[in-house]
Amino acid sequence: MFCSTDELGISKERATGILILPEDTPIGVDACALLGLDEKIVEFEITSNRPDCMSIIGLARETAATFGYDFSVADPTDYEKIPEKAEDNAKVEVLDFDLCQRFLGKVVKNVKIGPSPEWMQKRLAACGIRAINNIVDITNYVMLEYGQPMHAYDLDCVAGKKIIVRRAKDGEILKTLDDQDRTLNSSMICISDEKGAIGVAGVIGGANSEVTEKTTTVLFEAATFNGTAVRRAAKALGMRTDASSLFEKGLDPYNLDGAIERACQLIAKMGAGDVLEGTIEVKGTLKEKLVLPFEPERMNAFLGMDISRNEMIDILTSLEFKVEGDKVIVPSFRGDIESMADIAEEVARIYGYDKIPTTLMDTAVTCGGRTPEQKAEAKIKDVLVSDGFDEIITYSFTDPKENELLSIPKDSEKYSFVKILNPLGEENSVMRTTMLASMCEVLKTNYNKRIPSASLFELGSIYINKGETLPDERKTVAIGMYGCGDFYDLKGTIENLFDEMGIKKVKYVATSNNATFHPGRCAEIYCKDKKIGVMGQTHPTVAANYKINAEVYLAELDFATIFECGDLKKTYKPLPKFPATTRDIAMVVEEDVCVADIADIFEKEMGGILESYTLFDIYRGAQLGENKKSVAYSLAFRASDRTLTDDEVNAVMDKILAGLKNKVGADLR
Amino acid sequence: MKEQLNQIRLDATAQLEEIKSLDKIEEFRVKFLGKKGELTAIMKGMGGLSAEERPIVGQLANEVRTFIEKAIEEKKEIIEKSAMAEKIKAEKLDVTMPGKRKNHGTLHPLTKVLNDLEDIFMGMGFTIAEGPEVELDYYNFEALNIPKDHPARDTQDTFYINDDVVLRSQTSPVQVRVMEKQAPPIRIISPGRVYRSDAVDATHSPVFHQVEGLVIDKGIKMSDLKGTLEVFVKKLYGDDTKLRFRPHHFPFTEPSAEVDISCFNCGGKGCRFCKGEGWIEILGCGMVHPKVLKNCGIDTDVYSGFAFGIGLERVALFRYDIDDIRLLYENDTRFLEQF
Repeated sequence: MFCSTDELGISKERATGILILPEDTPIGVDACALLGLDEKIVEFEITSNRPDCMSIIGLARETAATFGYDFSVADPTDYEKIPEKAEDNAKVEVLDFDLCQRFLGKVVKNVKIGPSPEWMQKRLAACGIRAINNIVDITNYVMLEYGQPMHAYDLDCVAGKKIIVRRAKDGEILKTLDDQDRTLNSSMICISDEKGAIGVAGVIGGANSEVTEKTTTVLFEAATFNGTAVRRAAKALGMRTDASSLFEKGLDPYNLDGAIERACQLIAKMGAGDVLEGTIEVKGTLKEKLVLPFEPERMNAFLGMDISRNEMIDILTSLEFKVEGDKVIVPSFRGDIESMADIAEEVARIYGYDKIPTTLMDTAVTCGGRTPEQKAEAKIKDVLVSDGFDEIITYSFTDPKENELLSIPKDSEKYSFVKILNPLGEENSVMRTTMLASMCEVLKTNYNKRIPSASLFELGSIYINKGETLPDERKTVAIGMYGCGDFYDLKGTIENLFDEMGIKKVKYVATSNNATFHPGRCAEIYCKDKKIGVMGQTHPTVAANYKINAEVYLAELDFATIFECGDLKKTYKPLPKFPATTRDIAMVVEEDVCVADIADIFEKEMGGILESYTLFDIYRGAQLGENKKSVAYSLAFRASDRTLTDDEVNAVMDKILAGLKNKVGADLR
Repeated sequence: MKEQLNQIRLDATAQLEEIKSLDKIEEFRVKFLGKKGELTAIMKGMGGLSAEERPIVGQLANEVRTFIEKAIEEKKEIIEKSAMAEKIKAEKLDVTMPGKRKNHGTLHPLTKVLNDLEDIFMGMGFTIAEGPEVELDYYNFEALNIPKDHPARDTQDTFYINDDVVLRSQTSPVQVRVMEKQAPPIRIISPGRVYRSDAVDATHSPVFHQVEGLVIDKGIKMSDLKGTLEVFVKKLYGDDTKLRFRPHHFPFTEPSAEVDISCFNCGGKGCRFCKGEGWIEILGCGMVHPKVLKNCGIDTDVYSGFAFGIGLERVALFRYDIDDIRLLYENDTRFLEQF
């Protein structure tokens, strides 16, 4: 089998054909060695606060400090220059030093454009950079070594041989190196010549000043551009380059000299041109090196360690900090260092985090635990789980169309969405305003998998946009089920829940105007005129919208109201000492009489001795007449201080029966 | 009469032998000891005996009565015992038949794991703090030393509602809100949902849960952070678990660290859980950045603190050997009921 270089992963470019080795290549030789692929590649994850480490030199410095090796950077300035001044060949002007703290330029004449040497191309390729020509490759190679992005201009194409660093004008157009016309805006830093834009600083150069085969004079640029401006420009242009991602982290203006000299040294070494004497420099006021107090005791206290002053000095010195008396001078490339905590981290990480002891806080004792609300949440979950419901957890964002599937009328506040500007898709584009949509989706998922029944609950939040800065986030309990019970099973669970939460005097009010629910099988739930929520069977249309061919029961309860109406305080009531008297009654009433109407009469006429009333039968039959039903209750009477007499019970029964007759037209059977 | 009594004793013994049920015993008792029974009849006839014979016969009659009564009791016990034995025999169950189970539900695996984490931290004196999920950019980023245009914002892939409001990408904003309101000592964990615009796959979910912790007090040091996390990790994964702290960077802590634990599956030898490395990264932590403390009005000359964050899904996936995070949010009951 023949493989091309890209198929082997040696090159990222699509190869034009197979890789042909020289005729005299010995058979069986190691291909890696032959192709020069045996250089070691180490990948580092560099955190965003350490742009200084995004370079060979930076990593070498860290490595030396970590292992206690000596570290020095080879002098890049020992190369031949021709006795002509760079300053006489090009001019640089920076109009706004906020955008560019420092700019260095060097001029190379008699440039011979060609491919860079193989060793350079291979190293660039190993770092994922495509070789272009010797000049461009040098800028990239220096960027890898020094962590300082560079640019090369064809100086003959720079109008007036003058580089101007300024803010771009809104709407200014630049044809970039990739031959695209790009529209600039005033948040970007523009590199221009006397005619117009020739590059977007830190992001990409212009096609008009590009180094080509015809180039004979090159201007190297090494500059420190404003990181935020570069970041915004890269974002606006949609092109995050190696250079821009370095600049945006904030680079060291003192790193320019080494980088630009190194580029020229490479020119000289490769014989790619004649470097002129002198460096063009334009700079604003550069920040002084940061000086911080050197506080070994404070650092030890902060770390919980006992590192000697001298050890600390050794560590800091190896990282090129200077300790002078009780001061630490921070190297210019360490823009991340701002205070004692930063210095302490340097000491600790080189000393070794593993040597930090483990201690437990010997400070004030605090009393941990859950808040009453958190306990109530746990209790709700416990009750529902013990009643057979599985807890689900769903995404809190949803599709705005879910409201329509639930038949929610357009004027409902459930259309007051919190909209996500950059959603993953329309189906996840708004924060949910009801828990029922995600519940129905999960019921649907289970139903589609032919799971015969499901009973589920979720305790999550809904998010109602009320026009304030932040929405109303309301914790909500959703219950849903199919295939395992009816309205009264669901109601029984809700009653259990309220019982456990200590909610008394709950009213279930039939409602036929909630379009999500079956008009004859829906109740709004109230406690002391506060609406806790709604429960019932879904409207058949809603079940059909979710493609569930079964009766679906749902409830949605507001957590805050449950918590507010509940009372978890329990008080012991003495056990009865005297026997109860029970009486069973059966009565015939009109079909539309609710048992709650009958219960109201029991409550009203209880005479202080009706202990409980239990519905045990509802019967409908031809002999009762049309639209009639028989309702049967077992009543238990008891007094806490005596055995009740028949007369006492009869007196209360008479009142109850009279009430039943007058208020609900009950005929005793 | 003596002969009669002895005959009764013999008859009774013989007849009792034949009896197999408690009903018959009663009949037997009436027959011999009842008011019209044989023994009673003899006792009644004792009036005709001489004064010398009477005590002798009387004694004998009593002996016979006692004998029969005792025999009846013994017989009863035997019958009862055998009846019970038969009943027991008839009641034998196949204990390998399945039990009748009351249907009860399950907590979501994430809730179970969270409960465990909360229990551990509550035991160390932490309270549980909560805050909004739709959050001000200020609390989610700026107060945490991540100003606008900070490069770290790119890596967080935040969902925006508008320029000033985001879906929180971490639960750290809760910590800021607590620090603003409450004077130290502070010892909280803030569990909750967080959001990042990651495309959904087996290891990424745009909605997931974090549990972050915060301790602020006088003299809190980095060794306390290590000690606290060591207790936590050992409680969660066992006393043999080892911890490894690696230097890292988070904008809101300094010094910062990532924490690896020795693989709870292989103990550090290398397996599929730890991808052969022996270590599993489970949390990020550090000393609270002085800028964050200052932003919250806490005097950095007096107080210091630490913070940490752990991804709940990761803990759950590892604990239950779940290979796809999407299962947690799909809510298939056949999945849920395994926990």
